[in-house]
Amino acid sequence: MKVVTVAGPPSSGKTSVILKTIQTLGLPKESVGVVKFDSLTSFDNLRYNEYGIKNQTGFAGKTCPDHFFVSNVEDAVSWGKKQNFSLLITESAGLCNRCSPYINGILSVCVIDNLSGVNTPRKIGPMLKYADVVVVTKGDIVSQAEREVFAFNIREVNSKAAILFVNGITGQGSFLLAKYFREAMDIETLKDRKLRFTMPAAICSYCTGETCIGDNYQMGMLRKMEFDDE
Amino acid sequence: MNNLLKKISELTLENLLKEYPIAEDYLANIRLSGISREKTFADALADVSEDSLEEFGLTREEAVEHLCSFLAAFENDSTAGKRNITSLTILGGHNKSKIPETAELTIYQGEIISIVGPTGSGKSRLLEDIECLAQRDTPTGRQILINGSVPDEEWRFSTGGKLVAQLSQNMNFVMDLTVREFLVMHAKSRLVSNVDEVAEKCFACANGLAGEKFTKDTKVTQLSGGQSRALMIADTALMSSSPIILIDEIENAGIDRRKAIELLAGNEKIILMSTHDPLLALRGDKRIVISNGGIAKIIETTDAERSSLFRIEKIDNVLQDMRNKLRFGESITEDMIPNLEN
Repeated sequence: MKVVTVAGPPSSGKTSVILKTIQTLGLPKESVGVVKFDSLTSFDNLRYNEYGIKNQTGFAGKTCPDHFFVSNVEDAVSWGKKQNFSLLITESAGLCNRCSPYINGILSVCVIDNLSGVNTPRKIGPMLKYADVVVVTKGDIVSQAEREVFAFNIREVNSKAAILFVNGITGQGSFLLAKYFREAMDIETLKDRKLRFTMPAAICSYCTGETCIGDNYQMGMLRKMEFDDE
Repeated sequence: MNNLLKKISELTLENLLKEYPIAEDYLANIRLSGISREKTFADALADVSEDSLEEFGLTREEAVEHLCSFLAAFENDSTAGKRNITSLTILGGHNKSKIPETAELTIYQGEIISIVGPTGSGKSRLLEDIECLAQRDTPTGRQILINGSVPDEEWRFSTGGKLVAQLSQNMNFVMDLTVREFLVMHAKSRLVSNVDEVAEKCFACANGLAGEKFTKDTKVTQLSGGQSRALMIADTALMSSSPIILIDEIENAGIDRRKAIELLAGNEKIILMSTHDPLLALRGDKRIVISNGGIAKIIETTDAERSSLFRIEKIDNVLQDMRNKLRFGESITEDMIPNLEN
């Protein structure tokens, strides 16, 4: 089974890109599955259902979405194997910009949209930096110049990734993305594979449910800002 | 790469930045804008805490290598962009009913090809085949040749959307920048050395196309539809690296369409233009007629059509004049409308 990881900020067009790419791949519907990792709510299952794509959704809820991803992704692969999929796509939203859900050897795709501002690629961090393919959506509604500067800023952060412009509505550009999906590695399990980047440290009092503000309540791994008093 | 590594290890950061101004972006991206410029990068890194580098997944040694590969990537960029595309050939595939397209068309630099056909007939599909350099592996079965030969697979995937520039009616500026800032930003991303000069030229050109003039201090988001389009066209013609331009209609109002097309074609671009505006379509050298997902025929613009262009322009000018009159608060009178009875 091939496994592909797709990540990106909310509403960047991940689901649309995935659906268009599945269509372009032309695989039998029952052989493709999607596992969606989200924080609180998600409506993507409705869209996958509409297209007849088997899918599962998991909510991180009060836990860190990144930690939630890494502790469930192997089970997602087991589910996919049981379903006899030839392709399993994991879709991650709700990650903080500190993180990337990418795994060594597993095709990693970052989806970001052109409307989010030209400097966004420079702010996203590991989710963009460690991707194999960066998909840019909504490029059809901004100027060519903004598209070019956006792509340039992506290359500044990740000079190795392939940058593809995909239109999530018409599917334009999904053809090249489908080629990458086809070449993704076949795997049996994710066990013992490594994340490309460490997950965020999260072991302070607030991780365990503290809500009070003030020095007295702050414990564990903390980082304090330095303010300029001049 | 070795040469770069040598420079990074020998030059002070200040001198390195003089030679590679783009390294400033690298420093900003990993929050190191404040580090000492008098030392070499490696020495300056000694003052940076390991923790802050680790947040970006780097050690001190890796940061040096990383900067090196960063600069190398953009060095390659300035040479790779120069791969010259002089012609584009479309070899027919088949239409939606699997009937083969017999057409074969080669388009050269500076040529303008119109694409006509009803909505949903497959115009976008053709543009998409060109964009991904189809090799009989897209639903239409078409093949695209560059300079008469099959483009190599690696290149096909590494163009990063740089092969084709697009202009369409739906495009907007989303950045909160002035015209000057916008042009400078684009010029910088092309790594041109004479940023201000290029921006200035582009600004003058855009104003030449726009019906109503604008200043360099206008915010791009405040430009009118016509002014925006004028700026986008001038910018695409003069600053885009893409050798091929796909145009999806240029709107009527507030822009000199003839000049716009001449500007684009004059910059050695290959132009494909999806339009039903006779003024634009007849200006093309040929037009591709699309129906049922396939190229139905290719029509060469005839001399008769070209000479009628002159008269169509006259009709268009009449409307253009009326628009201007309305814009400046004048009234429309009967005598402004030419007699079309015969």
